[in-house]
Amino acid sequence: MLNSTLDKTFAALADPARRAMVERLVLGPATVSELAQPLPMSLPAAMLHLKVLEKSGLVTSEKKGRVRTCHIDPARLSLVERWVGERRRLWEARLDRLGAFLDATKPEDEA
Amino acid sequence: MTIQTAGRSVTHASFTITRRWKAAPARVFAAFADQTQKDKWFGGGDAWEPVSRSFDFRVGGQENESGRWKKTGVVSHFNCVYHDIVPPSSNEPATNKSARIIYSYVMHLDDRKISVSQACIEIAPDGAGSKLVLTEYGDYLDGYDDAGSREHGTNALMDALAASIGG
Repeated sequence: MLNSTLDKTFAALADPARRAMVERLVLGPATVSELAQPLPMSLPAAMLHLKVLEKSGLVTSEKKGRVRTCHIDPARLSLVERWVGERRRLWEARLDRLGAFLDATKPEDEA
Repeated sequence: MTIQTAGRSVTHASFTITRRWKAAPARVFAAFADQTQKDKWFGGGDAWEPVSRSFDFRVGGQENESGRWKKTGVVSHFNCVYHDIVPPSSNEPATNKSARIIYSYVMHLDDRKISVSQACIEIAPDGAGSKLVLTEYGDYLDGYDDAGSREHGTNALMDALAASIGG
């Protein structure tokens, strides 16, 4: 169960626009337009990305009047999840580098 | 050596990562078995610089790697013992036999022991390429120290994970 949650999380973070949103939200809550403003895309496109983040559970949002505010809450992380997240992240980075190494050293007869 | 008198704890956990590559199992296995190849990807990438290294890839052999995280100056130490090494069978086309590597390892940050783990890496044929399944079983020690463990400065991603899993 933990792994499937992590899979969703990593999938949600596999996009630079969504990572930019998450990095912004780590600094504190932000409105949808604040999140969208620095990104090279339309507000509706940004909202679609936000929807992916919400579905993954990374981000929650609440609407007050006409303003939707988004936030993440790192304090909810359990010790197990912190450890697994940290160690898993280390391995993901290593395996990314291994994949790049395998590509770079590809023999001519490999597909 | 720091003896911790407060916050002593052991957290048990395991996780799995699966990757598929076009490279045949023999090439993937070699990237673990050959030190020159492994040094290209294993350590800590650009955020990290090697301090010391030893490599003895055989059952009962040890591998050690220490490196400094450039941002924090924290030195991480990886010390492992190989328990099982099964290379891919190169002459049998399209068998489903996986190559595997099983080792246990201890991690230190500076002089603080942070974990004792076992890692199992299975490399199976996947068409002309390979499927790698990494499973780690760990005893993670004495809480979680943000200052020590987040060597990469990618706090944002960790915090994101935090929120995700809690939700």
